[in-house]
Amino acid sequence: MSLYTDIGGEPAVNAAVDIFYRKVLKDDRINRFFSNVDMEKQAAKQKAFLTMAFGGPHNYTGEDMRRGHAHLVAQGLNDTHFDAVMEHIGATLTELKVPANLIAQAAAIAESTRKDVLGK
Amino acid sequence: MAKVIYGGQSYECGEHSVLDCLTAQGVAVPSSCRSGICQTCLMRAVTGEIPKRAQEGLKPTLAAQNYFMACSCFPQSDIEVVLPEAGLNRLAARVASVEYLNVDILGIRLDPSKPLEYKAGQFINLFKDKATARCYSLASLPALDEPLFLNVRKVPGGLVSNWLFENLKAGDEVEISEATGDCFYVPGNADQNILLIATGTGLAPLYGIVRDALMNGHKGKLSLYHGSYDTSGFYLVDELKELERLHDNFSYVPCVSEGAAPKGYVRGMVLDAALNDHPDLSGWRVFLCGNPNMVNAAKKQTFFAGASMRDIFADPF
Repeated sequence: MSLYTDIGGEPAVNAAVDIFYRKVLKDDRINRFFSNVDMEKQAAKQKAFLTMAFGGPHNYTGEDMRRGHAHLVAQGLNDTHFDAVMEHIGATLTELKVPANLIAQAAAIAESTRKDVLGK
Repeated sequence: MAKVIYGGQSYECGEHSVLDCLTAQGVAVPSSCRSGICQTCLMRAVTGEIPKRAQEGLKPTLAAQNYFMACSCFPQSDIEVVLPEAGLNRLAARVASVEYLNVDILGIRLDPSKPLEYKAGQFINLFKDKATARCYSLASLPALDEPLFLNVRKVPGGLVSNWLFENLKAGDEVEISEATGDCFYVPGNADQNILLIATGTGLAPLYGIVRDALMNGHKGKLSLYHGSYDTSGFYLVDELKELERLHDNFSYVPCVSEGAAPKGYVRGMVLDAALNDHPDLSGWRVFLCGNPNMVNAAKKQTFFAGASMRDIFADPF
C-alpha cells in the first residue's frame, strides 16, 4: 500500500476525482461513454477506479472489469479511448504535483486493466 | 453476537460485513468494489448503530439519513437495515390552509397526525387515493414548528395537482408519506458560499434550505436565483425580499427567460444569470431544483465551474 500512502491516500483521491472527471466529461473523444448516467454514481465509480490505480484498497477482479465495461465495448470502446483515459490520469496527477515516479507507478496499474476493460 | 435484521428476518452477522451476511442468505444486495468506495451497496439503517467506517466518504446528506455501505459495515450491535428503494411509511395529515401563491401555484399547509421527522428541502408523497400520489418538496422548517408547507404547480392534465386545485380545503384529511430525498442543508462549514438555482416550484425546497441555513447561522454567501418565463411565475417574492433585507449574506435574483424584465428582475435563463455572476464556483456548495433539463445542465456547468461533485445537491422534478 506504499504507493497509495505516498500519493496521499483518500484525500488525494478525492482531489483527483473532480479534476479527472471534469477532464473526461470535457473530452469529446470519450465523453459519450460517460453520458447518460447519474453523474454522482459515475463519480463514485471513477473514485473506485482511481483508488485502485493509486495502489489503494479494492477487490476488483479482471472479470469484474470485463463485465462492467462490456456494454461500452459493444458501443465501440477501444484502445484509443483507453489511451485518452490514461492521458487524463497522468494530467490529473501532474496537476496535483505528484512526483513523476509515482505517476508512472499509478499509470502502470491502470494500464494493467486495459485487456479486461476492452474485453480482449 | 450482532444480528442483522432485514425484511423481518434476523441473521447472525459474526465477523462478516452486512453485505456478506445478507448475500450469503440469498438477499440480493447490489455491490461492485466491495472496498467501501463505489457506494453501489448503499443501504439504510432503520435502527441500531452504524460503525463510522461504513459511512466514510458518503455525502453528508446521505450519512444524515443513516445510509451506509454494506460492504464495509461490520456491526458491533444489532442493526436493522433496508435497501434504499424500500417503501416509506404513510400517515394522515390535516389541511391547515390552502392559498394561491400565484395563478398557477397553490400553497398548502398540512398538520401531520404525528410528528414527522424531516429536513427542509426533502419531499413527501401526497396521495389522491391509495394508488395515486405525487412528490412535493417541503418548504417548511421543522425547527420553526410550522405546519408542513408545500408548493403545488397546476400541471395540465395532472391527476393529483388538478384534484388538489379543485377540491382541497382547510380541514380536509389527506394521506402523506414520510419525508425522503437528499437535497437539504447540513450544518457545518458555515463560511462556505452557497449557490441555489430553481425554476418554478423548485423554489419550494430552496426556500426551506435558505431559511434552514440562515437559522443555523450560516455566514457564507447564499445566492438564490429563481427562473420563470415571465413575471407572473414568481411567488414568495415579498418573503424573499424581506429575508434579503434582514440578512446581508442572502441575495435573491428573479430571472425572466421570455418577455420583458422590469426593474429588479434579470432578463435571461436562470442558469446563465447565476454563472455570469459566479463564474468560479471552487469551494462552493450548490443546490439545484426544478425542471430536469435545467437541473441536469446546471449539474454539469456548476461542476465545470469548479464546484466539487460532493458539494452539488440536486432535485429534478
